[in-house]
Amino acid sequence: MKTTEELLTPVSCNWCTGCGNFGIWTAFKKAAVEKDWNNYNTALVAGIGCHGHILNFLNLTSFEGLHGRAIPVASGLKLANHKLNVFVFTGDGDCLSEGGNHFIHAARRNQNITVILHDNAVYGLTTGQTSPRSPKGYVSKSTPFGNIEEPLSPLPLALSAGATFVARAYEGDIEHLKEMIIRANAHHGFSVIQVLQPCVTFNHVYTHIFYQQNIYKLGREHNISDKSAAFAKAFEWGLNKIPVGVIYESGQPSYEELTPLLKTGTLVSRKSKKRNLDKLFDKLR
Amino acid sequence: MSSTPFTFSMGGEAGYGIASTGLSFSKLAMRSGYYCYTYLEYPSLIRGGHNVFLTSFSRLPVGGTYRTIDFLVALNHETVDRHLDNIAKGGILMHDGTQKLSLPAGKSVHYIDIPFMGIARKLGAILLRDMVAMGASVAMLGGSFDVLEEIIREEFVKKGEDAIRTNIDAAKAGFVHATKHFSPAIRKILTPIKSDKKMIINGNEATAFGGLAAGLQFAAIYPMTPTSNILHVLAPLQEEYGLVYKQPEDEISAINMAIGASFAGARSMVATSGGGFCLMTEGLGLAGITETPIVIIEGMRGAPATGLPTWTEQGDLQFMLHAHQGEFPRIVLAPGDAEEAFHLTMEAFNLADRYQTPVIVLIDKLICESFQSFKPFEYDKYKIDQGKITYDVIKNYQRYGLSADGISLRAPAGTGNHVMENSDEHDTFGFSSEEIEVRNAQMKKRMTKLLTCAKRESTEPKLYGPAKADLTVVGWGSTKGAVLEALKELPKVNFLHLNWISPFPSEAVAKHLKKAKKLVNIELNYSGQLGNIIAEKTGIRIEDNILKCDGRPFYPEELVSELKKRL
Repeated sequence: MKTTEELLTPVSCNWCTGCGNFGIWTAFKKAAVEKDWNNYNTALVAGIGCHGHILNFLNLTSFEGLHGRAIPVASGLKLANHKLNVFVFTGDGDCLSEGGNHFIHAARRNQNITVILHDNAVYGLTTGQTSPRSPKGYVSKSTPFGNIEEPLSPLPLALSAGATFVARAYEGDIEHLKEMIIRANAHHGFSVIQVLQPCVTFNHVYTHIFYQQNIYKLGREHNISDKSAAFAKAFEWGLNKIPVGVIYESGQPSYEELTPLLKTGTLVSRKSKKRNLDKLFDKLR
Repeated sequence: MSSTPFTFSMGGEAGYGIASTGLSFSKLAMRSGYYCYTYLEYPSLIRGGHNVFLTSFSRLPVGGTYRTIDFLVALNHETVDRHLDNIAKGGILMHDGTQKLSLPAGKSVHYIDIPFMGIARKLGAILLRDMVAMGASVAMLGGSFDVLEEIIREEFVKKGEDAIRTNIDAAKAGFVHATKHFSPAIRKILTPIKSDKKMIINGNEATAFGGLAAGLQFAAIYPMTPTSNILHVLAPLQEEYGLVYKQPEDEISAINMAIGASFAGARSMVATSGGGFCLMTEGLGLAGITETPIVIIEGMRGAPATGLPTWTEQGDLQFMLHAHQGEFPRIVLAPGDAEEAFHLTMEAFNLADRYQTPVIVLIDKLICESFQSFKPFEYDKYKIDQGKITYDVIKNYQRYGLSADGISLRAPAGTGNHVMENSDEHDTFGFSSEEIEVRNAQMKKRMTKLLTCAKRESTEPKLYGPAKADLTVVGWGSTKGAVLEALKELPKVNFLHLNWISPFPSEAVAKHLKKAKKLVNIELNYSGQLGNIIAEKTGIRIEDNILKCDGRPFYPEELVSELKKRL
């Protein structure tokens, strides 16, 4: 797309005023214009949650799947047409609770897709229950006496599972998030960006102010190819120590690159045609 | 029974390769000019437990497995304990006398004592035991050793010349021993005869090949008995035939991957059993509302839960019709044997594309894993039909545009169109919408596709046997083989076999049922599920049922006696 206006659809945004999804939407549009992502070269997949509405606001080919199941749809889509830039929009409940298994295994497969994890640490669309990302002690409709579970750290999980590009960004820093999205997409392999996203309606712990006060940008001293250092950074969380930026990147070949059939073109570039079975039938004699 | 095939069986403990011996024996029968049907029984174990195969062969096509065994090879005690009662009067039981199996006196059975273990040990490996038994059996049946040798060569070609030699030697030793000591008892039942070209295939291979013929491009299959063999067939063929097979982390992923691949325009399928299908149910409805074509092969086994993993059942029929919340069009096909499975799988891909909806091919363990001989399948007439699809850029493209037949123009992802497929209710463009008019229009559009399908496709059941009969048997899916075998003995009985379940051919079924003098419904389940569907769709309740759900198939002999009671 040439301009952000071209990316608009007739549908108006229905997120709450101040919602962190606006930053992700804006950053993504800017990245799409910069890299000319269009309906020939790009497809988006989303799960269910406030994040999933984004597909209605982008003039790009998209599939809105089921809660937790965006990643496997993206996996199949990518295997069928690996020339497409495939983005998954998913939430913390969508990706880490309902879809946890798919997240782990897509990372393990190192498929060349980009997962944008809208992490607001709460269930927004179902009006405020505890998510796998909610902090301990978090009071919500489902944990009226305070959350007694520890939150899940998605990036160490992704690293353990085999993700080859792991980054974190804050949606309020649109330029930085845009850079992360572009770099994640340019990476050949499974890339995940944990986007810190306030839910202004239901999460009064992780607010815009909280993130603005506590994040810091990773500098050159962080070696992104050092997995141990990456684990350390990925686990860092708390007052004044939430690192954002690329945490890890390594150059293993992607699943698509390792699939011999895909070396000569995409699966769908060979049109489906009737096959002759003589050779196979001969073996049954 | 005059036209009854000859039934050969071999049983022993798991781990000795009884299943592959069964396939070798079937090939031997086929290459000697006979039609055959081989049924396998085995527990859900790799080692230990009891394995048996039964091969019924005849000059005429054989569609099912018989219970009465004419020639039984017992490689262990359990084979005798379990199957002695099934040996035909005057039948043969081959055993190894040194194993001291308890063989009851007074039963009219010829005992043939072959020292399988001694011969195998002399040749260097007790694993050769089955091959010794095979050689001895071929001799006793008057079969050709040359044919057996050719099959052994093919089977062991990958293991090298030594393995080929040892196995041929073992078979030869058994063959020679039997010929030398038991020549008066030799029956010339497997003597090579001239016949048409045939092949032997099971239902899993047939569905995999059906997919290949139909241009299958993407398959995601999580292993599960009894359909794992479909992935075993497809995985090695990926490069040569130009498809991608992916083993997913679970069946939820499998169906979603297939949907994603189909969204990109690839012909996609999944295969599983009832338990895996349970995980796929949410994906089924997703394909329904997003109108994404996919083919689902479901091979039933004893259920619920883990159930009877390696045994057969027809317990999932109503589940296929109702799985998932709400309403959406689904096509359900239920082939009666491997040949129908091949043709209906090919057709399933066209139907999925034509009606942009999920198509289920419902088979069971009996079809999946039984080997049956057929003339090579004819598929010259088959043409790939992708339905309403475009790869061009369409101005103002609407993925869910309305039309009289309910079918919209499909554009895959990456074609330059803004294609939106949406699990939320959506407008004609695919944008989420909860407006009354939009909901009603899209719901009607989707459900209209099923009516269109019913109108355009030939969904009628097939009537076998005489047009006028004293008794009409009604059934679906894999009972076809046993019923047709039974009908050979029952000239006044006919059989209405359904292999289209949704859209249900209500009018055609009602027409047949109204003509029938007397009806009986036959199913391998507890509650007579087809009977329930027939009652729902036609208002005709078949009161008489022959049902079983013990994991075993119907045997022609038991059906003959059950049906005779009703004549």
